[in-house]
Amino acid sequence: MRTATSANVTLHDASHGHEHGHGGTQIPHATMRDYLIGFGLSVVLTAIPFWLVMGGVLPSKAATGFVIMGFAVAQIVVHMIYFLHMNAKSDEGWTMVALVFTLILVVITLAGSLWVMHHLNVNMMPGHLAPDIP
Amino acid sequence: MARTLTVSELETTSFYDPHEHEHAAGGSTMLGFWIYLMSDCLIFAVMFAMYGVLGTSYAGGPTPKDVFDLPLVAVNTAMLLFSSITYGFAMLEAQRKRVSTTLLWLGITGLFGAAFVGIELYEFAHMIHEGAGPQRSAFLSSFFALVGTHGLHVTCGIIWLVTLMVQVARRGIEPANHRRLACLSLFWHFLDVIWIGVFTFVYLLSTLR
Repeated sequence: MRTATSANVTLHDASHGHEHGHGGTQIPHATMRDYLIGFGLSVVLTAIPFWLVMGGVLPSKAATGFVIMGFAVAQIVVHMIYFLHMNAKSDEGWTMVALVFTLILVVITLAGSLWVMHHLNVNMMPGHLAPDIP
Repeated sequence: MARTLTVSELETTSFYDPHEHEHAAGGSTMLGFWIYLMSDCLIFAVMFAMYGVLGTSYAGGPTPKDVFDLPLVAVNTAMLLFSSITYGFAMLEAQRKRVSTTLLWLGITGLFGAAFVGIELYEFAHMIHEGAGPQRSAFLSSFFALVGTHGLHVTCGIIWLVTLMVQVARRGIEPANHRRLACLSLFWHFLDVIWIGVFTFVYLLSTLR
């Protein structure tokens, strides 16, 4: 029993040893380089959308819309990596699992609400149904 | 290992070791806090969905072009972005266990946060004064609910930050306080991520319409 137990503990420690830096807590190791890269990219990715909209740079409003949404997604990824120190390995991948699960729920919530409510608006306006009712 | 256990040995042998896998206090705090942030993310997702549905219902009242002041929003965005990098500097100093410089950067972060909340409150007051309060239209109700919830989060973050500054000043950067600083770091950067969604989808996209 005892040998088996100590073997387990050793295995356990070996698999965790690198991440448990600060007395068992998994505080990610931050570097100045990460923060500066993240900040520089964020400034650029924020400034361009504001410039596009305030300056009316692109002739098409739809194109401007898609471009600034692309910049937003890019900046969210930059923040996740450089400020929130996200990676696929922290907490044995559980933070990533929680994030992916949340993103699925967010997409269902947003897309579902917009889709259903848009069709309700289009199809159930007063006057729209009335003539069809005998 | 190959020998069979006698009856008396079996009775005294416990098949689990209560001291096995002894984790240090707070070993799962970071994951737990991350899961809290994900649930908070769902709250904001619902708010964004609400704004997406109601954001064009002006009820004959002011439109986004009439009420949004983009230069002010740009300044506000800069405040939050600066506070993110200064919080990063605070975490770097905390890693080196330097109490006074950690406190200095935390203080600067708090000031940027307070500036953000101040500018937002000024914007809200200005809009309400012009008759574009939350009761004017569904667009404005959903705007105040979404942006107000974010502002409330930042306000809570500032209160938490001040509390932690007192803790760090009194007890230094021991493991528990370092863990708390790391949790607030996640919270603070997470609010910046939400703000990216707010300035893109609420301010910029609505003004385009």
